[in-house]
Amino acid sequence: MAELEAVIGLEIHVQLATKTKMFCGCELSFGDEPNVHTCPVCLAHPGVLPVTNEQAILYALKIAAALECEVAPRSIFHRKNYFYPDSPKAYQISQYDIPIASNGRLGDIRIHRAHLEEDAAKMIHVGDSGRIHGSGASLVDFNRGGTPLVEIVTEPDLRGAAEAAAWARLLRETVRQLGVSDVNMEEGSLRVDANVSVRPAGSDELGTKTELKNMNSFRFLERGMEAELARQRELIEAGGTIVQETLHFHPEDGTLHPLRSKEEAHDYRYFPEPDLVPIAPTEQMIREARESLPELPAARATRYEGEMGLPQDVAALLAADPETAGYFEQVAGSASDIEPRVVANWVTGELAAALRQDGGEVTAAESKVESGALALLIGMVQEKKISHGSGKTVLATLVAEGGDPEAIVEREGLAQISDSGEIESIVAAAVEANSEAAEQILSGNQKAIGVIVGAVMKETKGRADGGEVNRLIKKQLGL
Amino acid sequence: MIEREQVLHVAKLARLGLSEEEVERMAGELSGILEHVDRIGELELDDVPPTSHVVELENVLRADEPHESLDRDVALAQAPDPVDGAFRVPSPQAEG
Repeated sequence: MAELEAVIGLEIHVQLATKTKMFCGCELSFGDEPNVHTCPVCLAHPGVLPVTNEQAILYALKIAAALECEVAPRSIFHRKNYFYPDSPKAYQISQYDIPIASNGRLGDIRIHRAHLEEDAAKMIHVGDSGRIHGSGASLVDFNRGGTPLVEIVTEPDLRGAAEAAAWARLLRETVRQLGVSDVNMEEGSLRVDANVSVRPAGSDELGTKTELKNMNSFRFLERGMEAELARQRELIEAGGTIVQETLHFHPEDGTLHPLRSKEEAHDYRYFPEPDLVPIAPTEQMIREARESLPELPAARATRYEGEMGLPQDVAALLAADPETAGYFEQVAGSASDIEPRVVANWVTGELAAALRQDGGEVTAAESKVESGALALLIGMVQEKKISHGSGKTVLATLVAEGGDPEAIVEREGLAQISDSGEIESIVAAAVEANSEAAEQILSGNQKAIGVIVGAVMKETKGRADGGEVNRLIKKQLGL
Repeated sequence: MIEREQVLHVAKLARLGLSEEEVERMAGELSGILEHVDRIGELELDDVPPTSHVVELENVLRADEPHESLDRDVALAQAPDPVDGAFRVPSPQAEG
């Protein structure tokens, strides 16, 4: 049998960080006492009329612009009918056949659509109350009910659990930088569901998919998709067939279980919401959304790769965090004679490690290491005024107390020993003191050279250039 | 023609319990409504877009400004079984 490839599409719900709900003026909140942000509209009292929040439309247009979507000239809301206690109207106001945005992309992944809707209320399942007949009861909190949501649906373009999780992170970072949502998975302001199927590699057809829900971290998202892909592959290879169903992820043990559906057969009987008039974004609204976009991670990563020659992984790592990206660009700007690639390695490598060592509580941009100081330090290492090891020592001091790297080098006596005669004599002594290692090198064990390099570095307190020391040891041994 | 099964399906979705006699009556009435609507199909409507709204308004929007929400006691006043500031309902998970 041909190898089975993964086919994954994601559905991402983004809670918009407006001040008020989608169709009424109740304030949005997280963690408040239950039912303190309700009104006749979001409790669905008879005769009330919803009115659309303009800010939610503008935020949706920003998302549409960031995802390079087409904006529908005229989109309408629909009623999605189902009975469940989290929806007091017995329908959710959503969009159906004319979403506000469609046909976009983020990176290599195509966006099928992005539409506006309202969030449901929060339900907490509790045990048997005694007063209610049956095996349990639920408490309903309508604070969340009516929160504006944008649901983003991708095409099934993702080919693995790790790829899908990485892309979801990029999307989260992109939406976060738009400033339209808190995108906090634990608090539910970003929720990612995955449609997962497998098919023979190279096939154009789609296999039967299952829908994975309740993965409230990127780690769980990846684990859930991995587990489901493994289950589907095993089942198909054993001659079985996949049943289309919704699976609920259990974080306690990482297992997936079928979820009882809210409405059988998903017969939602959509029809146009008569209480809301169509949304027809004006040219000005669309233009302002587009012009308000910051440089987003995907575009920034492309620029770092293309213009600055950074490797793809380093470019993506830097571009994901706008603060660190800004810091990197400042350092690179101050150190214009140093390749950006080298600067990027210092920011994502040595500096990140030094900050972690120091407790990891501040970012590069917040740290005491001025961008100009780091540029100077990298320059000193590049020009071999100090060794790479001494550079790290100076960096640790800069992280701890800030200051001028040249002054620190002076104070700590870290300037590289440039007198080759002095190094040569230290090397000679080290070779003699480590004769066993020297013999191993001579008999072909290149790794043994580390012992002698280490001895030289110890003697010089790291002030010798590693490459030069290596060369001199070999010379000493007649290699 | 609306079949008995379709009436039962729609009744179930709408949480309506219908007697045998009502099921039969509804099948007839719903069929009548559909037949009536079908008459629209006799017209030349190729150039007419589907009408979702009868008023010619667009972009009726409100500013993102908070209003005062209901006092919680008022919000819960008509709930049959409030507890701890929440609406308590039979668990949908326990539904048959």
